[in-house]
Amino acid sequence: MAIVKKELPLARSMCWHCQSDIGGEYFCQQCVKVQPLSKDIDYFTALGLPRKLNIDTGMLETKFYEMSRAFHPDFYEGKSDMERAVSLANSATLNQAYSTLKNPIERVEYLLRLEAGSAKEIPGKAPTELFETLLEIQEQLEELQTLKGQKGTGSEEIVGRLRAERGTLEAKRGALERRLAELFQLWDRLADRSSSDQGQKTEKEQVLKQMRDILSQRNYLNTMLANIAEALE
Amino acid sequence: MARIVGIDLGTTNSLIAYMDGKVPTIIADADGHRLVPSIVAYTPKGLQVGDTAKEQLTRHPERTVYSVKRFMGKGLSDVQDELQYFPYRLTEQAGVIQIHIGNKALTPPEISAMILKELKSRAERFFGEEIRKAVITVPAYFNDSQRQATKDAGKIAGLDVMRIVNEPTAAALAYGLQKRKQGLIAVYDLGGGTFDISILKLKGGIFEVLATNGNTHLGGDDFDRRLMEVMLEEIKTTHGTHIKKHPELAQEVRVRAEQAKCRLSSEKEVSVEVPLPEDGGTYRRVFSREAFEAMVTDLIEKTLSPTRKALVDAGLSAADVDEVVLVGGSTRMPLIRQRVEALFGKPPHCELNPDEVVALGAAVQASILAGGIQDMLLLDVTPLTLGIETMGGVMSSLVRRNTTIPTSAKEMFTTFVDGQTSVDIHILQGERELVKDNRSLARFQLKIPPLPAGVPRIEVTFMIDANGILSVTARDVRTGEAQSIDVKPSYGLSDQEVERMIHESYIFAQQDIKERQRIEAVNEAQSILRATDKALARVAETQDLTTSEEQEAIRQSAAELRQSLTGHDHRKIRQAIEALNRASSPLAERLMNHSLQDALKDKKLSQMP
Repeated sequence: MAIVKKELPLARSMCWHCQSDIGGEYFCQQCVKVQPLSKDIDYFTALGLPRKLNIDTGMLETKFYEMSRAFHPDFYEGKSDMERAVSLANSATLNQAYSTLKNPIERVEYLLRLEAGSAKEIPGKAPTELFETLLEIQEQLEELQTLKGQKGTGSEEIVGRLRAERGTLEAKRGALERRLAELFQLWDRLADRSSSDQGQKTEKEQVLKQMRDILSQRNYLNTMLANIAEALE
Repeated sequence: MARIVGIDLGTTNSLIAYMDGKVPTIIADADGHRLVPSIVAYTPKGLQVGDTAKEQLTRHPERTVYSVKRFMGKGLSDVQDELQYFPYRLTEQAGVIQIHIGNKALTPPEISAMILKELKSRAERFFGEEIRKAVITVPAYFNDSQRQATKDAGKIAGLDVMRIVNEPTAAALAYGLQKRKQGLIAVYDLGGGTFDISILKLKGGIFEVLATNGNTHLGGDDFDRRLMEVMLEEIKTTHGTHIKKHPELAQEVRVRAEQAKCRLSSEKEVSVEVPLPEDGGTYRRVFSREAFEAMVTDLIEKTLSPTRKALVDAGLSAADVDEVVLVGGSTRMPLIRQRVEALFGKPPHCELNPDEVVALGAAVQASILAGGIQDMLLLDVTPLTLGIETMGGVMSSLVRRNTTIPTSAKEMFTTFVDGQTSVDIHILQGERELVKDNRSLARFQLKIPPLPAGVPRIEVTFMIDANGILSVTARDVRTGEAQSIDVKPSYGLSDQEVERMIHESYIFAQQDIKERQRIEAVNEAQSILRATDKALARVAETQDLTTSEEQEAIRQSAAELRQSLTGHDHRKIRQAIEALNRASSPLAERLMNHSLQDALKDKKLSQMP
């Protein structure tokens, strides 16, 4: 699927330089000047992709490189101030779009922001079935801290237990990520369906909610794993 | 487009390069020297830069500045630990280090500008034209203040800095151009004062930096110091000579230590001799490579942890990397080559000259900017996370490390109190949780129209440009109007200070010429005045040779010339000399004819140009 047309949502419908109608093309047909991208452009659109969660990263990279060759400031060094400003802003948008979509977790977080208005940082939530383990870990971390402060002995046993519990948390995180991958598939199938009835809308909302929940638990586990890693260092 | 040169402004040595057709080439001086030692000496004979300044290291240690790059964009507290190694006095003023030489206090950007000027004039002699535009390299792990300081140095030197490029990336550009490589490469760059590791993907002419990491305070200088410490300690215990009493000894030992280190890369052992001051005899010592390696092995270990972090950030394992490229003079050490090979599981490439490859890459980037090379594009990253201070002294991140640049982040601000007219924003760079553990870049004061609390909505945009340098703009969302922002850099020169320094460096250059012209004119004036006095004394005895009007005119001209000497304008002095000459030459001629030649000897001499 090659995208040949140099079309993107732009900030204006007329060229800033020669005032001719640019018809959505990011290089003016008349004077070939680069045009500013719309401030509200979403990252999927910026990279010519549908709002789906499984992305061919090879194709994403090709598209990113192709557009970098269009917008990067290196190619505007001798140009007017306006062209350089447009190049800088467009490049910045493109780079953010690429780095967000390249990583599957950031991609889904971004989709949640677009579709469900989630906060930039989804707050962590402890997975309920791990409550007991998590409480134990908290206690052990505190104990280890005290032992370190007193330069006392007996930390080996706690370290051993923490290592084992770290394994449990990592396994849980793995399971969450596998579930997330399934939801990606589900989301993409829903996105492919052309109908826009109420049932599909509810179904989509369900999927978004589940994804958000998983990310929330995953964030919690990540924080906890980082704390353990720090304590074990 | 005007010519753009590429400059590697190094801790130990600096170079300048250009594109000779399709080949990046180092510009050498008339004697064929390619490296300019990054040393600036303010000797009684005047300013010296490079090789001649290097000779002053042991002669005038307190007037010879080296390794100034370690101080770029830093405050005094950042370099407290190493102050003992530097023979010149350092202070701090408004977040900028001041280096005291004689009665002068100079900032690191001003000293760096001297080195840049030396490179600039080298290129100007080579091309026979003025050079105004340059690409300058910096360590990839340089923060915003350090990059800004480098840009300031360029401005002070009269250069338009078209781009700040990261050193390992520049090396990759030169390497990639030469080898036409594709795939994943790691650039391990250990220079005189800094360490960088960058992981790049090379594909179809695009050089995409995936991750970078490093340590801006680790390099060859630290290896020298390990040898130095051993030598100084031994000199103290066996010869009773203490460096505190002999600052020149510290430099002598440093220079010998550096030489010994370099030789130990090719030799199994070296003997070092240091003549001691006050007839203290000679200190002799043999160092084996093995012993030296044992002294520095922990320093080499310190490069491996950033290397592993960069791999993690790039989402790669060491085995994924296709090629490892070594850059920087320190990578000549066999132990470093072994450690790098062990980490990546493949022998590193060392066929490129590690001292020159960065400057060559800067020339390649310069050519890309000038539109010469059109099929290559470098996509670099910001090395450190950018954030702002939030409640409780915590840093909230805006742009994460290893984000491709240019990039921007937006943040909405509002007020908490009715009629509040400003919001303070503290900008930070670093990877730590707490504000105090990160680098403070600047404080901004955002002006807000007085409205009920929470009503103003000010959108602040943080833009990191392709140089990795931050700029901040603000906009009132309701009115769409731009909001004013007061920037106070935490470590660095304000725009006004840079302007003043550019002006001063220009003025100083002008003043140097003017001063020389003034001194020449004064000398000539004094000589003609002496001759005139003598002539007037003689005519007093032989009344018939001159009229009183003529004598009065000569005296008047002589007085005017004396008056002009109190000023600084050499042209006024010259004019007064001319006037006196005109007034006195008829009399001089008559005196000549009167065979009063002895009175005229001085005068005639003085009239010679």
